[in-house]
Amino acid sequence: MPNDELLKMRHIEKRFPGVLALHNVDFTLRKGEIHALMGENGAGKSTLIKVLTGVYQMEDGEITLEDKAVVIHSPQDAANKGISTVYQEITLCPNLTVAENMYIGREDSVWIKHKDYEKKANEILNKLGIPARGTQMLGSCSLAVQQMVAIARAVDMKCKVLILDEPTSSLDDKEVNMLFDLMRDLKAQGVGIIFVTHFLEQVYEVSDRITVLRNGELVGEYLCEELPQVELVAKMMGKELDELSDFEKSESSKVNEKEVFYEAKDLSSSEALAFDFQIRKGEVNGFTGLLGSGRSESVRAIFGADKVTGGHIKVNGKDVKITKPVEAMKNGIGYLAEDRKRDGIIAELSVRENIILALQVMNGFFKPISRSEAESFADEYIKVLNIKTASRETPVGSLSGGNQQKVILARWLLTHPDYLILDEPTRGIDVGTKLEIQKLVLKLASEGVSVTFISSEVEEMLRTCSRLIVMRDRHIVGELTGSQLNQAEVMKTIAGGEG
Amino acid sequence: MKLKKFNGLGQLTIPVIAIALLVIFNLIRDPGFFSIGIMHNNDGNVVLAGNLISIINGASELAVLAMGMTLVTAACGGQDISVGAAAAIAGSVFVKVLKSGNSISGGTVLLAFLLACIVAMIFGSFNGTLVAVFKIQPMIATLILYTCGRSIAYWINGGATPTVNSPIINAIGSFIPGVPIPTPVLIVVCMAIIFKLLFKFTSLELFTQSVGINGSAARLNGINATFIKLLSFIILGVCVAVAGSIGVSRLGLINHETLLIDIEMDTILAVAIGGNSLGGGKFKISGSIIGAYVIQMLTITLYAMKVSSTDVKAYKAIVIILLVVIGSPVVKKWFNKVIDRMKNKSVAAQKGV
Repeated sequence: MPNDELLKMRHIEKRFPGVLALHNVDFTLRKGEIHALMGENGAGKSTLIKVLTGVYQMEDGEITLEDKAVVIHSPQDAANKGISTVYQEITLCPNLTVAENMYIGREDSVWIKHKDYEKKANEILNKLGIPARGTQMLGSCSLAVQQMVAIARAVDMKCKVLILDEPTSSLDDKEVNMLFDLMRDLKAQGVGIIFVTHFLEQVYEVSDRITVLRNGELVGEYLCEELPQVELVAKMMGKELDELSDFEKSESSKVNEKEVFYEAKDLSSSEALAFDFQIRKGEVNGFTGLLGSGRSESVRAIFGADKVTGGHIKVNGKDVKITKPVEAMKNGIGYLAEDRKRDGIIAELSVRENIILALQVMNGFFKPISRSEAESFADEYIKVLNIKTASRETPVGSLSGGNQQKVILARWLLTHPDYLILDEPTRGIDVGTKLEIQKLVLKLASEGVSVTFISSEVEEMLRTCSRLIVMRDRHIVGELTGSQLNQAEVMKTIAGGEG
Repeated sequence: MKLKKFNGLGQLTIPVIAIALLVIFNLIRDPGFFSIGIMHNNDGNVVLAGNLISIINGASELAVLAMGMTLVTAACGGQDISVGAAAAIAGSVFVKVLKSGNSISGGTVLLAFLLACIVAMIFGSFNGTLVAVFKIQPMIATLILYTCGRSIAYWINGGATPTVNSPIINAIGSFIPGVPIPTPVLIVVCMAIIFKLLFKFTSLELFTQSVGINGSAARLNGINATFIKLLSFIILGVCVAVAGSIGVSRLGLINHETLLIDIEMDTILAVAIGGNSLGGGKFKISGSIIGAYVIQMLTITLYAMKVSSTDVKAYKAIVIILLVVIGSPVVKKWFNKVIDRMKNKSVAAQKGV
């Protein structure tokens, strides 16, 4: 059935200074198919997408769209040819209405015909079953609906190829299902969908085929049902999963003998309601709960990231005051923020400068770390954490997400913290790096460092934490340890299981 | 190979090219333009003279201010437009103290300069507080001092424009006996060294860049962004006092209306020509210094071409538009593409052989 083939990319080559980002990559998308594009960070997924959407120009290779060879000059050009992308971060304007967002930049005359747009928008929203109205402010919709509006915009632009780049990373389960229903709808209408994601289960839930890339090269194209999940992971990483999951978490009974490192009573901040919390030396615990349950706000209060409004804090049994990040740092606490781009990296500064930043702050304004010392620190952690960067002087903003995260981890590890708070350290990064980070957490704990680990993937927390604090509606509603640490129990507690 | 080296200059590419073009242009126009002569000045000192010397000398106040402005720009993502007015205040204080005694000794000059520094730092902290604590946009915050600064300067000396006659002040404004290099140039060198040392012995550079690029992340890493921003304004205050004192010493009098008039815009321009983003973040002080010399060389070149002083501004504007456009990211990207293509071609040609 060669006529099914909607999009063919053949022998794609793309080079960046010093790196061969794509080498001889083939990709085929058929009509009415959901095709998952998988690979670790730096495997070349994003580059391939950017070549396809005209953000990058390929050095070699050819692209055929509906049996016609095409050259794609710019994202605008791609959209005109029927290739639309919905990105991980929503790129629409929250302060405009849904209808305006769907037609912005597409007006054929200078006069914006609001009424027409609203009517047309409502029609298409209805047809796709998206719960939004054209007159509504986009910002008042949930993230999932915003994402769907972006898709509706693409559909309305008569797209034949729809690229969804990590569309589910900030959605909850219900929203993900809504999105999947929409994707299946579009599939039935003959749209070819390229689905880029890190969530393996989701791939198997909706996709028909999987193409795996590794280190800029094609590993292969598979039918979903013919490739078990374990094999997929192995193909992505080029290793067997077993050898990577050989870590064991510390037993809670052992941890309970150790002394308490940090203790808070009635700690509250401008964002978090008062709560009690403690962590022992070498303990790994976690905050869990749905988005908005207050888990991030709570750990931010521990670090003094928001305005602290009350509470008694003891570190190593001594009363201390922690109201600002720098005070937390002086007490041996490190905090890896949830939003890497906004609160983590200093994008234009080099890997070296980003790594030494926290240590420099702790050393003080008048004791700068010398260049040679900074270089050796950077080199050390680039090696230890296996950070993939052209050099230590590369601006951190140009690294892939997982490697940026490693740079921030390196920044905190360099301060040799006694207590490290990791808020969503594995969000939006690939399986291999995720496992590396989990392993690192357990290694730190075995060295006596206390770690609070937050992840929206419960499984990941079950694997690393010996105690889980469950939050609902900004209150702590339960603490799970030992045999209670299983998926069912966590879900029950999050949902308020008794009733 | 050549092209690669060319890229290696990075941020300094544009200012260096600009200065090179100006030099070449002048050499073609008048091969003797940059010749440096040795002559005896009115005081009987042996000194260097020539267009090059007067360019470097004349740009001194601008260079000093540009150094401080770079820091404010990097930390706050905005500019201080009150430096000219603040320099008039600092200059007035400088003169006020000099005139307070009967004779002017070295100690008086030092005291006068220190007081000018303190006053300028206080006004700097005023601007800095508005920006860092009250989060007012720098240009709006400094508009206040820009508007009222010269009136304050007027009050300090009771509306008079007193003259100062002193060999020490004369030495600061022109030449120290026995040294053939103009003193203002030496002061610029000193300031540049002080900044270099400041960056070497403190974390000012790293912290300023962090605050300028990502204030939120900087705060979560324990950096006191308010302090860094305030500090940048206070350091600019010192630069203002230095520039004001040089300006006063050159003329031997303070005229609160004309001292360093309109210099704020040239200062901002020097920062921009130096390849620094006016939106804050990464910066290079050396770029701004070169930027200051570019502006001065341009002015002197135009004067040498007998362009009238009213027309100079228009010609300057044309050259500046060119510089800014060439330095823009759009042109840079295009330029890199062309270089890439040329490289690929040469590689292909070699393969073909």
